Amino acid sequence: MSLEKKEFKPKIVAFCCNWCSYAGADLAGSSRLTYPADVKIIRVPCSCRVNPMFILRAFEKGADGVILCGCHPGDCHYSTGNFYARRRMTLLFSMLDYIGVENGRTRVEWVSAAEGVKFSETMNSFVEKIYSLGENVRLGDLRCKS
Amino acid sequence: MQELVNRAKELLADGTVARVLGWKAGDLPYNPEPAYFETAEELDDFVYNGFCGANLSKYMIEASKLEGKTMVCLKPCDTYSFNQLIKEHRVDRDKAYIVGAGCKGKLDIEKIKKKGIKGIELIEGAELTDEADTLTIQTIYGNKTVAYADVMLERCHVCKGKEHMVYDELIGDSKETKDAERFDRVAEIEAMSPEEKFAFFQKELSKCIRCNACRNVCPACSCRKCVFDSTKFDSSQKANVDSFEEKMFHIIRAFHVAGRCTDCGECSRVCPQGIPLHLFNRKFIKDIDELYGEYQAGADTTSKAPLTNYTFEDAEPSIVGKRG
Repeated sequence: MSLEKKEFKPKIVAFCCNWCSYAGADLAGSSRLTYPADVKIIRVPCSCRVNPMFILRAFEKGADGVILCGCHPGDCHYSTGNFYARRRMTLLFSMLDYIGVENGRTRVEWVSAAEGVKFSETMNSFVEKIYSLGENVRLGDLRCKS
Repeated sequence: MQELVNRAKELLADGTVARVLGWKAGDLPYNPEPAYFETAEELDDFVYNGFCGANLSKYMIEASKLEGKTMVCLKPCDTYSFNQLIKEHRVDRDKAYIVGAGCKGKLDIEKIKKKGIKGIELIEGAELTDEADTLTIQTIYGNKTVAYADVMLERCHVCKGKEHMVYDELIGDSKETKDAERFDRVAEIEAMSPEEKFAFFQKELSKCIRCNACRNVCPACSCRKCVFDSTKFDSSQKANVDSFEEKMFHIIRAFHVAGRCTDCGECSRVCPQGIPLHLFNRKFIKDIDELYGEYQAGADTTSKAPLTNYTFEDAEPSIVGKRG
């Protein structure tokens, strides 16, 4: 094992709602729009499916940033899921900020199935932000580091 | 205290209640413990003094399943928790005969010990009826005195008020103890730089031994199956092995009671390591108050909890970065 400092390659987890952002990612792909390969998409049935623990566990396992994409408020496939997700995530992000995890590692973005362009722009800007913040050292399990 | 005992004896004698839930003297002068009393003789052990900080509302979950009514002594702050439990259908209001006990602030034995007072044999002045503002502590090294307010629990300095939210009758007078603002400490931490915040919480949370006392005592933590007991949870039933698990546990614990926490302060009182756990709960309460309107869990039994409610115009999560 070499002790050379490796170039920073962020790991980014994107939770995408099945009914909008996941289709938005598809659209971005079929429209030949580019977004960084550092983003790993996890499909969820609704943004509201995302438990605060999912976000924390993503950080634990070595994610440098976590983004949650859901339907625009009012457009939820299940009517109200994203409203609850919005409150939960606001409180969770505020708590993470409070314990000193850099704000900016977490984000919520509303992306509809027709917004391939927004999806690619969002991912590009988020990855850029994570590059500027660098590796996540505050929230992570040492045992999960490679 | 004698008033409470007399009333309890009356209620037991006329069959209104089948048992009394209160506190009995512990093996030391400062550790009374929650206890059930079923006969007049047993009530001779009943105590109610400044060290009866324990919130008895959680015990009513089990007592609601017993035959007959239970007389329960609740302090003003405990009645918020009881209301919250009614709202969540965890306790049966008809099974409880609530005696609202007066309160003039509860004492923190750790604060007394920190003043260098050791070898305590007897503490005078902790009774509700005692007029004096000082405690006289008899120790094996002689008598010591401390001001009552100096050794009060943190939560009593930011008391929500001495009004009982739910009760059948009131016994004993209360005395206002509030002399600090509830969110001052939270605001102080919010104003720190990310590095300072991280260092502060790292220092506090690394003391955690994962005894689960904060969870077990919390009246809002009343799930029959707890996520922290699940074998799928990374740090279930064992000590934290690294700094991540400490934070995970405390964030999730506080998050699970967000919007339901009445800020009764039991978590911080029981923590054997002295971690200021209320700082997590209060951060959520402060955010909820600021973003979704003032909300006091347990002030009523009908309103919707903030996290099971929404409005179209709610703040976006990006507000966290903008508030600075």
